[in-house]
Amino acid sequence: MFFLLARLVQATVVMLCVALVGFLVFQFVGDPVLSLVGQETSVEDREALRESLGLNDPILLQYARYVVNAVQGDFGISYSFNRDVSEMIADRLPATIELVMLSGVLSLLLAIPAGIYTGIRRKGGIAQTIMALSVIGVSIPSFLLGILLILVFSVWLNWLPSFGRGDVAVMFGMRSSLFTWDGLSHALMPAAVLCLFQLGVILRLIRAEMLEVLRTDYIRFAWARGLPGQRVYFRHALKNTLVPVVTAIGLQLSSLFAFSIITERVFQWPGMGSLLLHAIGQSDIPLLAAYLIFVGLVFTISNLVVDAIYVLIDPRIRHGAL
Amino acid sequence: MFERIRSDFWYELVNSPVTVVSAIIIAVMIIGCTFAPVFAPHTPFDPATISIMDNNMPPAWADGADPRFLLGTDLQGRDVLSAMLYGGRISLLVGIGAVALSVVIGMTVGLLAGYFGGMTDAVLMRIAEIQFAFPPILIALLFNGILKASLPADVFAQAAVPIMILAIGLAGWVQFARIVRASAMVQRGQDYVTACHAIGLPTPTIILRHITPNILGPVLVLAMLQIAVAIVTEATLSFLGLGTPLTQPSLGALIQIGSQYLFSGIWWVVIFPGIMLLVMVVAFNLVADWVRDYLNPRLR
Amino acid sequence: MTDILCKTQDLRITFPHRLGDFTAVHGFDMEVRRGEIVGLIGESGAGKSTVGNAIMGLLSHPGEVSGGRIELEGENLIDLSDAAMARLRGRRIGMIFQDPMTSLNPLMTVGDQLAESIAILQDVPMAQARQMASDRLDGVGIPDAANRMGQYPHEFSGGMRQRVVIALAMAGDPDLLIADEPTTALDVSVQKQVLDLIRSICVERSLGVILVTHDMGVIAETADRVYVMRHGKLVETGPTDQVIHRPTQQYTQDLIAAIPSITHREDRFRNPVKKTGEIDQWLLQGHKGEGTGDYVTASALTKDFATKKTSFWGKSGRFRAVDIPGLSIKRGEVLGLVGESGSGKSTLGRMMTGLVPPSSGAVSYGDHGPLADVRTRAARKALRRDVQVVFQDPYSSLNSRMRVDHILAEPIRFHGLAERGDIPRLVGALLERVGLPADAGRKFPHQFSGGQRQRICIARALSVRPRFLLCDEPTSALDVSIQADMLALLMELRRSLGLTMLFVSHDLAVVRQVSDRVAVMKQGQIVECQPAEALFDTPNHDYTRMLLATAPRATGH
Repeated sequence: MFFLLARLVQATVVMLCVALVGFLVFQFVGDPVLSLVGQETSVEDREALRESLGLNDPILLQYARYVVNAVQGDFGISYSFNRDVSEMIADRLPATIELVMLSGVLSLLLAIPAGIYTGIRRKGGIAQTIMALSVIGVSIPSFLLGILLILVFSVWLNWLPSFGRGDVAVMFGMRSSLFTWDGLSHALMPAAVLCLFQLGVILRLIRAEMLEVLRTDYIRFAWARGLPGQRVYFRHALKNTLVPVVTAIGLQLSSLFAFSIITERVFQWPGMGSLLLHAIGQSDIPLLAAYLIFVGLVFTISNLVVDAIYVLIDPRIRHGAL
Repeated sequence: MFERIRSDFWYELVNSPVTVVSAIIIAVMIIGCTFAPVFAPHTPFDPATISIMDNNMPPAWADGADPRFLLGTDLQGRDVLSAMLYGGRISLLVGIGAVALSVVIGMTVGLLAGYFGGMTDAVLMRIAEIQFAFPPILIALLFNGILKASLPADVFAQAAVPIMILAIGLAGWVQFARIVRASAMVQRGQDYVTACHAIGLPTPTIILRHITPNILGPVLVLAMLQIAVAIVTEATLSFLGLGTPLTQPSLGALIQIGSQYLFSGIWWVVIFPGIMLLVMVVAFNLVADWVRDYLNPRLR
Repeated sequence: MTDILCKTQDLRITFPHRLGDFTAVHGFDMEVRRGEIVGLIGESGAGKSTVGNAIMGLLSHPGEVSGGRIELEGENLIDLSDAAMARLRGRRIGMIFQDPMTSLNPLMTVGDQLAESIAILQDVPMAQARQMASDRLDGVGIPDAANRMGQYPHEFSGGMRQRVVIALAMAGDPDLLIADEPTTALDVSVQKQVLDLIRSICVERSLGVILVTHDMGVIAETADRVYVMRHGKLVETGPTDQVIHRPTQQYTQDLIAAIPSITHREDRFRNPVKKTGEIDQWLLQGHKGEGTGDYVTASALTKDFATKKTSFWGKSGRFRAVDIPGLSIKRGEVLGLVGESGSGKSTLGRMMTGLVPPSSGAVSYGDHGPLADVRTRAARKALRRDVQVVFQDPYSSLNSRMRVDHILAEPIRFHGLAERGDIPRLVGALLERVGLPADAGRKFPHQFSGGQRQRICIARALSVRPRFLLCDEPTSALDVSIQADMLALLMELRRSLGLTMLFVSHDLAVVRQVSDRVAVMKQGQIVECQPAEALFDTPNHDYTRMLLATAPRATGH
């Protein structure tokens, strides 16, 4: 319990620092006033605007204001779209979440069994093939893969659409394009591209951990006690590989969001990633800062979830023995 | 019983043909790209030598090709092969340069945190943790993007390569700091370090002369893996238009150019640079894997 | 005569290697009957563990049985398929390993692990298995067994864990038990309990036990018969009593002779022959006139360590590792510091050499004054020249990336003790002085054996011309025969160079051989401190008596 409490405190501190980074970007990159009103406004008017925006207040006060606003979901107004930043993010978020969820699930579904298999059977044709494919999966840049998939499946074979998001339907009280065939056919290639890298990383990690664990004394003792293979591999070995693997998987979530930027660009998927690219191109600082904070939040929350899982898995942590 | 002797290195190496081939490929690419001016049949970055009349020619073995351009030309008449060599040069430069920067920062932070522990460790690792909340690619993207928006276009074009090295290097030091710190902490607990204290050796000597050589193994493996990652990151940045200018395209930018014309059947501008990029990255990954397995005494 | 339970006949085990196959075991014959404990003794590399692994079918890759037979009640195990062999494990042959902490799955409760084994091996439903597990835990001497079923391995002490391991190995009621160094990782007082447990289950169930160990004392106390192995071959065999007291082979005789006695101090350690090397002159240079009196004194010395907080609001606990009112070491004497693990003896040693700062109290040197006053760089360097350490682990005490001659040259250079040009010669002479060839300097540490590396460590300690040497378990990680040589070397150096020594060890016999006075530590405090002969012959404190009684003795000589 103490462990979790300490982590919560730590997480809050991290979020505050993340908010600080966002805030600093906000403050010092470009001039908010200029971005809002352009060159023609008089100096007095600009000063008045500055005053009303609270830009002349002490930094700490501005930071505090920023944090309070952020917690309430107010990130200011986008320079280029002239709309509420949080509104825009809320608009685009579902599309990105669809992609991220689909690829996340896909990569775990494929990587876990494959990782365990190659960990148990080190040599052998299938294992070697999987390992070879995983190297390529980890090496190929996602934009290249995206383009190649488009080339093969859209241009040559004409099986799948090459851009955009499909139709949306409502299921379980949620709107998503994954609930329609059209939506799925649009989402398939981007999700495949997004999941490949993660798949490779997780597969190799699970394999490495399995190899480590299978080398330990307690596994050796399990063999010596006459426990059958299934038991040793799945009841004893697997659970012990979970701790480092769960940590890594947790980290992958924010990584997925980052890589989705590229995937969304290649497939013109209307998600947060394309929003970010636009923001970078236009120096739309409020949008940038909000995105940063969002990513930080994803990271912090996934870390907390991972820590909670730790406590469930490893009794040594519960008893403070580690 | 099974001490690893020097000749084991060559034996293990030769026993892994995949690694040998990868190492050769890396060597060939480094030499080829460094001396691009010597090897490239054309100079695609010099506007004076390009003629728009030569554009969109397919590779030499296809119909309607010009044997001068072995792998075809792009939409501006640039020879794809030469552009690949010059582009590859940028990839390697940024890849190796960025990782060198990450190693320097990461090792310094890791050694200090691992050796001194306590407050130093706590502070340094908190900073690392906060940066780690942001995926490196995002950091590189933002860094690059913000600079591109802030600087005049021609300044950015000139400084594109150093800026990318800086962006990717600064984004990637945290991983190095972590493994160096873990290694340094292990070494610190070894008796030979206590013996150094007993002799009275000063701290810098202990860290540099004794601890550092013992942590280089994992650093080397990570460095090679990160070079592969850095190359991909650079290509991605260029693909997104945030990297090298289109007048001096790196492999990523070439692919971006080519991707616009994919539907009209002009595939060679995407495929050939793509293959080169892929092969480069795979080669680094394979060699890194081999080095990691070689250095791991328990996998024998 | 009871039937033979297990035997090996002309057993040959090889490890193929590209540079030439390594034969770990040659033509080894052995038999075990029900109800008897057979000892398999040898030094490291003798092949004793390998034999145990082969019988189990758990040879580490790429080892293989390349000749001979292994029979279990007449059936040749080598011919069995992997599946058939797997069925034997746990049900007919059980095995326990050295380290109980790593033998148990840290993420499963002890009860779950034991019940699982019982359920599978005895083919009973889980509920019944759990009850049997609780009974068996009780049977191996775990107090409050029913409640402790739900605890995890890290919640048990070392001795308790090994009992759990024994219960696990016996879960399938095997006929043969192979115990591979079962007590090596345990404290002396706990060793005896575990060995007694093994003995009692051997008798109760007519178990055949193969006890693999390097410790002759364990064999003497527990085994009925013993096989002595060396370099994979059988050297000698017979009833324990006969082999230990009337060994016929030279190797066995040497091995037994090398065991330090706990009952009297041997002459070769008490009065070592004084040697001189050319380097002795250099080593004895630059020392102040020897005074009398104490070399180092500790007063009111304590050392506290912080323990983890158990709750968010509580303060972190303090654990007092060392708490002594006073201790002094006279010039030229060897003070033995003995205690079990966790007694604080290493920490005390390090405080007295200035390597670990005390939490309170003072350490004071005859030649340098109070440690707290040694503040300037020059003063600290001077102290480090006088006070040196030899560590326990020969593998981590040398920087594996540095050549031996550089390792030895570094201290000399740093303290400016010789001209640059002279250093290579000095290094060579130092190596010879500790019994290594002068050209060994060109090699790296991993090219030497454990005993040789320890000699290099001694050479490194001598390279600054110290007056005081802390020996922190210097022979604990070495084979018995090497140990004797190492002690002889240390005693000889002490005599020839007039060193003062603090000798820390958990091994009473070793301490007896080298010490003039002995201090016994328990949980951070010194319970007794007397001249060696007096302490061993007529101990004052109960704890000392207990240590002396439970130490496994090989010989009574």
